[in-house]
Amino acid sequence: MKFAVIVFPGSNCDLDMYNAVADTVGEQVDYVWQTATDLSGYDAILVPGGFSYGDYLRCGAIAQLAPVMNEVRKAAAEGKFVLGVCNGFQVLTEAGLLPGALIRNNSLKFRCHPVALRVENANTAFTRDYEQGEVVTIPIAHGEGNYYCDEETLASLKANGQIVFTYDGLNPNGSVGNIAGISNEAGNVVGMMPHPERAVSELLGSPDGAKMFTSVLNAWRERNGAASTR
Amino acid sequence: MAQQAPAKEPTVQQIAEQKIYKQFGVSDSEFELICGFLGRQPNYTEIGVFSVMWSEHCAYKNSKPLLRRFPTSGPRVLMGPGEGAGIVDIGDKQAVVFKIESHNHPSAVEPYQGAATGVGGIIRDIFSMGSRPIALLNSLRFGKLESDRVKYLFEHVVSGIAGYGNCIGIPTVAGEIMFDEAYEGNPLVNAMCVGLIDHDKIQRGVAKGVGNPVFYVGPATGRDGIHGATFASEDLTAESEAKRSAVQVGDPFMEKLVMEATLELIDSGIVLGIQDMGAAGLTCSSAEMASKAGNGMELYLDEVPQREEGMTAYEMMLSESQERMLFVTEPQHEAQAKAIFERWGLHCAKVGKVTDDGRLRLFHKGEQVADMPVKALVDDCPVYNKPAKVPDYYLKNGSIDTNRYEQMLDLTDSLKKVLGSPSLASKEWVYSQYDYQVRTSTAVVPGSDAAVVAIRGTRKALAMTTDCNGRYVYLDPEVGGRIAVAEAARNVVCSGGEPLAITDNLNFGSPEKPEVFWQMEKSVDGMAEACRFLETPVIGGNVSLYNENAKGAIYPTPVVGMVGLITDIDHITTQEFKAEGDVIYLLGETKAEIGGSEFQYAVHGLTEGRPPIIDLAVEKALHGAVLGAIRQGLVASAHDLSEGGLAAAVAESTFGRGLGAKVDFTTNLRPDLALFSESQSRILLSAKPEHSAALEAWIAEQGVPVQKLGVVGGEELVIAVNGHTAIQAPVNEFRTEWKEAIPCRMQ
Repeated sequence: MKFAVIVFPGSNCDLDMYNAVADTVGEQVDYVWQTATDLSGYDAILVPGGFSYGDYLRCGAIAQLAPVMNEVRKAAAEGKFVLGVCNGFQVLTEAGLLPGALIRNNSLKFRCHPVALRVENANTAFTRDYEQGEVVTIPIAHGEGNYYCDEETLASLKANGQIVFTYDGLNPNGSVGNIAGISNEAGNVVGMMPHPERAVSELLGSPDGAKMFTSVLNAWRERNGAASTR
Repeated sequence: MAQQAPAKEPTVQQIAEQKIYKQFGVSDSEFELICGFLGRQPNYTEIGVFSVMWSEHCAYKNSKPLLRRFPTSGPRVLMGPGEGAGIVDIGDKQAVVFKIESHNHPSAVEPYQGAATGVGGIIRDIFSMGSRPIALLNSLRFGKLESDRVKYLFEHVVSGIAGYGNCIGIPTVAGEIMFDEAYEGNPLVNAMCVGLIDHDKIQRGVAKGVGNPVFYVGPATGRDGIHGATFASEDLTAESEAKRSAVQVGDPFMEKLVMEATLELIDSGIVLGIQDMGAAGLTCSSAEMASKAGNGMELYLDEVPQREEGMTAYEMMLSESQERMLFVTEPQHEAQAKAIFERWGLHCAKVGKVTDDGRLRLFHKGEQVADMPVKALVDDCPVYNKPAKVPDYYLKNGSIDTNRYEQMLDLTDSLKKVLGSPSLASKEWVYSQYDYQVRTSTAVVPGSDAAVVAIRGTRKALAMTTDCNGRYVYLDPEVGGRIAVAEAARNVVCSGGEPLAITDNLNFGSPEKPEVFWQMEKSVDGMAEACRFLETPVIGGNVSLYNENAKGAIYPTPVVGMVGLITDIDHITTQEFKAEGDVIYLLGETKAEIGGSEFQYAVHGLTEGRPPIIDLAVEKALHGAVLGAIRQGLVASAHDLSEGGLAAAVAESTFGRGLGAKVDFTTNLRPDLALFSESQSRILLSAKPEHSAALEAWIAEQGVPVQKLGVVGGEELVIAVNGHTAIQAPVNEFRTEWKEAIPCRMQ
């Protein structure tokens, strides 16, 4: 399986995402610069956190215009696995690949700390190794992670099982419906504010994020007829 | 943009006759010297350049004689003071690069940008050495957290630090904050950056090779930050607000681009010399690079990218616009360098040439506008040996008996007061605004004795901390200086690390005052002695003087930034109690030492007397004993005793996992003094019961006093003295006081 980590000039979790893939599933992973025009060789596309273009305008507003984003859209339409974390989630919403928007935290402050997340949908390609309803610990680090959508969208997210993660207990940013992560209707594109790539070992405080990466490897193997590891 | 007509510059004659140089902090005698070096009177650009190069900020003219007293070499030191940052060997051809720097004055008038650009500046110092920045730390001081002004400064300094560090993607992993009336109006904002480097990648800021081109990279130069270095070298007054334009504006995204491009450029092997444009911008970087190579430099100012129209040579040379670098390469590498910068969307401009005449010559609009000897700018600033005088307050404090206070009987209440004092309280409100985990190497997050950052691909990790208790230094600068170094080392040891070296940030009032100069001199002596004794040389630092306003000077605050090496990640140790039944020990001796303590301040409302004494031999033995025990796997938790003494240390150890403790302290002291004394060279350890015998034996063998205090467990914190319960309440009650103190005040 081949992973691409998209790199915008202001990405700063690209290294972490790269290392997380290497450390959890050990599959091939490449950095792909924002100007790339071909992602056909990749099976999963990871859009990492950071401040893509400084994000002095709306987060991700400029990044969604980068040449590589056309390829990400194409890959998503082809059913490839796409994960956006933190700024990556913001970029995917700006790019129209996920509904809703991320606005400033209700505290108006950047917040960095571990949060308890409930797995609301353990059937997506990125969450299949979790148990439905399982509560895991994964850190957040964002100033604009307050997920917002209108009531109609929220109803359809619920109806389609597109809510992937919710904050369990404390909601750190004021998001609608305690939403921490969602998927598209097809379920192959997932965006989330918490950072699973920062939670892949005890040394870093929690290993709970590792299953995001094993999940997608297993999803890919199943799709390609190879034996699942678990 | 509307064209801003430049104000007409004073002529050579006007500068001399009207003594315009005095506005830039140049004295009459210094002006005479400058005329001597030039062989004529300086023009406006030249006096501007001289004045910043000869400011305290750049020339250390009042502090140099003191800085020479620091030990600066050691078997591991690869580069000492003088470059952007010092470098220390950590084995395997790897080295750690670190430095601390202040942005006090800018932060006092414009807290967000002042703090943000302080972070930006110190990051550039690290990556201009060729090193990848891996962590940020800070040390902050504010007035009492009560007035709206102090709250405003605190809130915006923290957001400024967060805004810059979070965006550029370097984790802010540790820091310290103290609140005290002494810093009212003069907040201190010291930022430290730590980087990693391979030995063969180390760069220097040197303009090598006569005839080689000099390149400018980064955003265009504007009129911001003009005379920032001079501004930082004078007292803050009511007029300081009007000097807001001397404060720079930061762009962390731009710095991220410059950092990545610079590291790529250095990696390509074509850089001969590189330096960031920090204080005094283009002036300082060009003069210093030429000086270090024994060369000269010509700068063609029309080629300097300019953000505004009609900028003068004076403005370009003195601007402190941020995120700019200057580097030298050979002419044939120009295209390669440009291509690297273009990939990151950056423009790099050829703005000068290395010459062999030892002069800094500036050309603008077809004319030579300045011609100065490089050596005069960099090396020939006069150095002053200021007079020192023992202050009256110090003499008076010698006869104050700090044990005379009426005995406190409700020590549960006293402990709550101490834990709820903002200086000692939880700093979660602060560090939860910092991204402390980006780069996924932070093994110990903010809140323990020292932060720990793991080095990927190895078993090694780095422990890092900043420390200084300004109250101790105020009460006795020499002892306080020693303690600042010793406490930093103790924090590193408690985290499982071997202290390597320090960087220091000397924050003081005006050196023109003999009493302040005495504080500087004594505290440097104390720090130097501790550095020698603990084998942690000073590899670089910063001096910030004139931290004064109408009400007087700050407490003398020589902040120590220390890095230690953890040889195996299995040795990483934190302060929190780990498991029910673990045995708790106190190492070291407790005396009745309340002077300068948090107990004295928070409970009695005083800061007086003498601070705790410190015996460096005892301190060193303690470090050896604890580090040895950690490396043998005998220690479950380790926490140094500092502000708040034994009571606070035990309480803090219960907060991490909410595990209570029941301890009984045997002592011949009065209970309140015994539990809140801040006697030095003490560490609280806990160990699994099966390790307790081995631990006791090992510590005793090292000749370190040890007392078994009790065990971890339950939901209460119970502290007895000689069998009589002195403090008792649920852990949660103490935790709430400690955790809510700052958020409550900031609502």
